[in-house]
Amino acid sequence: MLMDNRKMNALGKACCQFWHSSIGKKIVVAVTGLMLVGFLIGHVAGNLLMFQGRDAMNGYAQFLHHFAHGWGIWFARIGLLAAFVLHIVATVALVRRNRAARASRYECDATVQASRGSRIMIWSGLTILAFLVFHILHFTVRIDPGLASLQDADYAAAHGGEARHDTFAMVMRGFQNPLVSLFYIVGVTLLCSHLSHGVASIFQTLGLRGKHSERAIQRLGWVVAIAIWAGFLSVPVTIVTRLKKDSGAAATTAVSPRAPATARR
Amino acid sequence: MSTNGSLNSAIPAGPLAGKWSKHKNDSKLINPANKRKYSIIVVGSGLAGGSAAATLSELGYRVKCFCYQDSPRRAHSIAAQGGINAAKNYQNDGDSVWRLFYDTLKGGDFRSREANVYRLAEVSANIIDQCVAQGVPFAREYGGLLDNRSFGGAQVSRTFYARGQTGQQLLIGCYQALAKEIARGGVTMFPRTEMLDLVLVDGHAKGIIVRDLVTGEISRHAADCVILATGGYGNVFFLSTNAKGCNVMAAYRAAKRGAYFANPCYTQIHPTCIPVSGDYQSKLTLMSESLRNDGRIWAPKSPEVAAKLRKREMKAADVPEDQRDYYLERKYPSFGNLAPRDISSRSAKEACDDGRGVAATGLGVYLDFRDAIQRLGKDAISARYGNLFQMYEKISGDDPYSMPMMIYPAVHYTMGGLWVDYNLMSNIPGLHVLGEANFSDHGANRLGASALMQGLADGYFVIPATLPNYLAGEKPGAIGTEDPAFDEAEQAVRARVDRLMAVNGKRTVDSFHRELGLLVWDKCGMARNAAGLREAIEKIPAIREEFWENVRIPGDSRNLNMELEKAGRVADFLEFAEMMCHDALDREESCGGHFREEYQFTEADEAVKSGYTNPGEAKRRDDEYAYVAAWEAGAPGSKPKLHKETLEFENVKPSVRSYK
Amino acid sequence: MNFTLKVWRQRSPNAKGQIETYEAQDIPADASFLEMLDIVNERIVEGGGEPIHFDHDCREGICGMCSLTINGIPHGKDSGITTCQLHMRKFSDGDTIFIEPFRARAFPILRDLVVDRSAFDRIIAAGGFISVRTGSAVEANSLPVPKDDADASFDAAACIGCGACVAACKNASAMLFVGAKAAHLNLLPQGKPEKDRRALAMVRQMDAEGFGNCTNQYECEAVCPKSISATVIAKLNRDYTVASVKEAVC
Repeated sequence: MLMDNRKMNALGKACCQFWHSSIGKKIVVAVTGLMLVGFLIGHVAGNLLMFQGRDAMNGYAQFLHHFAHGWGIWFARIGLLAAFVLHIVATVALVRRNRAARASRYECDATVQASRGSRIMIWSGLTILAFLVFHILHFTVRIDPGLASLQDADYAAAHGGEARHDTFAMVMRGFQNPLVSLFYIVGVTLLCSHLSHGVASIFQTLGLRGKHSERAIQRLGWVVAIAIWAGFLSVPVTIVTRLKKDSGAAATTAVSPRAPATARR
Repeated sequence: MSTNGSLNSAIPAGPLAGKWSKHKNDSKLINPANKRKYSIIVVGSGLAGGSAAATLSELGYRVKCFCYQDSPRRAHSIAAQGGINAAKNYQNDGDSVWRLFYDTLKGGDFRSREANVYRLAEVSANIIDQCVAQGVPFAREYGGLLDNRSFGGAQVSRTFYARGQTGQQLLIGCYQALAKEIARGGVTMFPRTEMLDLVLVDGHAKGIIVRDLVTGEISRHAADCVILATGGYGNVFFLSTNAKGCNVMAAYRAAKRGAYFANPCYTQIHPTCIPVSGDYQSKLTLMSESLRNDGRIWAPKSPEVAAKLRKREMKAADVPEDQRDYYLERKYPSFGNLAPRDISSRSAKEACDDGRGVAATGLGVYLDFRDAIQRLGKDAISARYGNLFQMYEKISGDDPYSMPMMIYPAVHYTMGGLWVDYNLMSNIPGLHVLGEANFSDHGANRLGASALMQGLADGYFVIPATLPNYLAGEKPGAIGTEDPAFDEAEQAVRARVDRLMAVNGKRTVDSFHRELGLLVWDKCGMARNAAGLREAIEKIPAIREEFWENVRIPGDSRNLNMELEKAGRVADFLEFAEMMCHDALDREESCGGHFREEYQFTEADEAVKSGYTNPGEAKRRDDEYAYVAAWEAGAPGSKPKLHKETLEFENVKPSVRSYK
Repeated sequence: MNFTLKVWRQRSPNAKGQIETYEAQDIPADASFLEMLDIVNERIVEGGGEPIHFDHDCREGICGMCSLTINGIPHGKDSGITTCQLHMRKFSDGDTIFIEPFRARAFPILRDLVVDRSAFDRIIAAGGFISVRTGSAVEANSLPVPKDDADASFDAAACIGCGACVAACKNASAMLFVGAKAAHLNLLPQGKPEKDRRALAMVRQMDAEGFGNCTNQYECEAVCPKSISATVIAKLNRDYTVASVKEAVC
C-alpha cells in the first residue's frame, strides 16, 4: 500500500513536472490540437452533407444525437470541451511566458521566415474562441427559438409523425442573415490561418518532423487548412449567393416557439 | 635526470620509448582523500586549460578556472580547422608512434626535446579514444569506423578530422567535460575574468590577481599551484589569424615574476591566408591548408603583368601559361604545392618582394583551382572545398571558381612560450604551463595538425600525471589570500590599472598596437636580419614610451571597459616584442619559423654542391644553436638575460631538411 | 561608403538604455561589419567619447562571441554567417542601420551591445555532455557509428552557441540551441546511456533560465550562422516526452 502511494506520488510528480515544463505544455497543445483538427475534419465532412440534401443532413444530425443511446455526443462534447480548455489554458500560459521572455522589445523588429499565420496564432485563436461561443449558441444551443423549433416534416410524414429537428433548414436560415455569414466567414478564415500553422506544428511538437518530411508536413498543413476552410465556407457562400435554395421549405413546419419541448431532442 | 645549467629539464633517464612509462611509475601519487584538500588555479579554458581543469577535477582536486571570454567554449582552440594527428595506424600505411615522433621532431627542425615529443606521439592515440567517447563527431567511413587524411605533407594518413571544424569539435568535447565538472562542483568557473598578475610566495606560484571584466573588480585567488594555459602571442603582430582577444599578458606577467620565456622568436607563418585589404583590417583569416592539395600556387613571371593585375587592368584568368610562375612546383618539384609551411610562406614573400605580388597591396599570390576544376569538374571541387570557397567569397567578394584565390602568409601559431620541464613546470616551482603557452613540443616549426594534439595531451594526460610531483611536496591550503605577497601583487595591479587610466592622452590603443605590429612584422616576421632586429629593438621602446604618455582610455576602470582591457594587453606586447627581437637577434641561424637572411645556403656550401639542397634555403647551425633560449625578463628596456638548455639528440640525428 | 548608425547604448546592466545616432563616414566596402564599428569607435575615442561596446573575438565565424542584431535580424540579413563575417559591401551607401543587442530576458545586457549568455553554459552543465572520465575511454574504433548518424550528429554539433536563435525567436526561446546539443549527443551511441536524463535536465534548466518556448516559426533556423535545422527541436520534443513518460512509469 505504502509502495503504491509512493508510486502514485512519483507518477503525479512526473505529470506535474511535465505540465509545468515548456515542452510538456506544448505537447498538450499539440495533442489537443490534433483532437480538435480531427473534430474539424468530421465537422466539415458533416457540413458537406448539406449538398446531399435535407434527408442526409438531418439523418446525420439524428445519428449523432442518438449514437450510443445519446451518450456518444455527450462523451464527444465533454472530450472536446476538455481538449479545448486545455488547448487554451496551455496556450495562454505559454504565451504569457513568451511575453515575459523578452522584456525589452527590439526598436527595429524584423521577421525572416515566420509566416503571418504563425505570428497571429493567439489572436486568431481568441477570435475563433469568440466565434465558437456564438456558433455554439447559434447552432448547438439554438438560443434563437426560430431555429430551435424547426421540424423535419418529411421525416415526420414518413415515420408516423416522429419528430426530428430540421438541421438542414436551420443552417439555411441561419446563413441567410448576412451578418451571421460574415462572422462565420471571418471566423473560418481565421481558423484556416490558425490551422495553416497549427497542423504542421503538431508534427513538430510531437517530434514527428524530420529533414525528409519537413516540406511534406508544411504542405500538408496548408492542404488541411485550405480544405477545411473551403469545406466550411462552401455552405454559407452558396447560401448567401443564393446558389442553394431551401427548395423544400414547404415541407418544413415552423412549430410554435412556445412548444420547444417537442422540438428539442 | 639531466641538468642543464640553471635549467633542469627533468627528463627521465632510460630508453626513449620507456621514458614516459617510467616517469609515470616514478611520479608521486596523492591519496584520493587528500586530493580534495588541494586547490588548483587554471588560467585559460581552451583545449589545454579546459581539458586540464576537467581532468584534475575528475581526479578530486578543487579547481578554479579562469577565462577572458564569456564562456569557456569560445577559447581560440575553436578556430583550428584541419585536424589532429594520432599514431593509430588505422590506415595500415606504416604509421607508428616513432614515425609521428620523428615527423614532429623533424618538422620542428630539431629544436625541440626528444623526450617531450616522443611522449606527445605516445599519448596521441589516447586522445582520439577520449574524444570519441566524449561524442566528438569525427569524420567516419561508411563502415562506421574513423576516417583519416594526410595533412600538411605527411607521408601517412594519420590526421583525424571533423569537417573543417576539428578544433571546434574537440573544444566542445572538452568544454562539455568541463561543464560536467562545473555542475558537479569540482570546478568553479570564472568567465570574463582576466589574470593580471601571478603571486609568488617564497618563490612558489601560489595565486593570481584577476580583474572581473564586467564589474572591473580586482580580486585575489590563492591555490596550491597555478596552471597557465593561455595560448600564444601571435597578436603581437596586430594582424594574425588569432582571435582579437588572444594575448601574452598572463605568460608575460609570469615572465616578469621570474618565469623564463623560451624561444619567443619562433612564430609560425601560415601560407594560405586571405591577403590584407586595407588599413582598417582587424584580423586575418586562414584558409585551410587542405586547399593546397588541389590548388596550384603561382605569381606572374614579370612585375609588369603583376602591376596590371594589381590595378585590375587584367584578369588573372587571362594571364597566359608561359607568363605564370608556379614557383613551389618549380623550386620543390617533389613536394610542389604541398611544401612545408615555412618554405611555402617564404616563397610567397620572395615573389612579392620581387614586385610580382598581385593583391591590391602587392602582397598576395594566386591559389588557382582552374586545372583542378578542369580535371575533376566543378562539382568535385565544390564537394571538397565548397564551404571554404564560400567563406572566401564572403570575405573577398570574388568567386574562386571563376578567378583564382589570392593568398598571403599570416601569423598563425607561436611555438615559443614559457619554459617548462618534462613535468610541464616552469622554473618557478608550482607554475605549470600547458598548450601553446609553453614552448615544449614544436621546436622551431609546428607540424600541421599537431597543435590540437599537444593541447589535449598536456591537459588530459600529462599534467594529471606530473602535477603530483609538485603538489605532494606542498602542504595543502597552506597559503591564503591574506599572505602579504597578495597585498603587494594586488597593489601593483591596481597601480598599473590606475596608471593606464591616468595617461589620458590622444591616441587610441589600437593605433599603438597597429604601429607595433607593423614594425614587428617587418623586422621580425617571415624573414629577419640583424640590422632590422636592432632597429626594432631601438624603436619598440619609443613606441612604448609614447604609449604610456599618449594613450587614451575613455571611461572608468570600475565598469566593463574594453579599451582598458586592450590597453593592458598592448602594454605587455610592447615589452614582450622587445624580448622576441632579442631572441631573434641572438639566434644566428635559420631554423623552422625563424629565417635569418644572413644564414642561408649559398653556392659555396657542400650541401648545395652535392645537389642536396638549393641556394637560398634556410641554414641551421646545430653546432652552436641546438639549444632552447630561455629568457629571463629584466626591467623594461633592459636586455633580458639568456639561459640556455642544450638539446641533446640521443635517438635521432638532426638532418638538413631537403625538399628538392 | 557612408552610413547612419542607430546604436543601442546602455552604460551598465541596470541603467536605462536608448538608441543613439552615429554617422559612419568613409567606410571601405571591404570592411567587415565589426571593422566598421572599430573605425567608428576609434573616431569616438579620438573625439573624447566612450566607444560602443560589443562582443567579438575570433572574427572568423566560429567562436560565437559576436552578437549583434542588425536591422532587427541577428547577425544581419545575410544567411549562414555571423556578424563578423558580414561585410559592408552588402549594404547600400547611405543606409540607416539599427544595431541592437541580442534581446532576451535570459540574456541580460551588460553594457551597450554586450549581453550575458551564461544561461547557455548552465544548460550545458545540466546535461549537455557525455560522462566519461579521462582515461576510461575504450579504443576509438571499437564503437562503429553509422556514417549517417555521425553526419546528422555533426550537423547539430556545428552549433557555436552564439545565441542568435534566442535573439531571433519571437519568444526568445532557446530550443534550437538545446535541441542541437541534445541531438548531437543523443544521436551517437556514446550518448545513448544518458539520453533521457540529458533531455530532462537540459529542458528543465532551459525553463528555469527564463527562455520562452518554441512556437515552431523557425526564425531561429533562418538566422543560425551554422544553418542548424529546426528538426533538432522536433527531436528534442520527442526525446523529452519519451523521457518524461519513462520517468513517470518506470
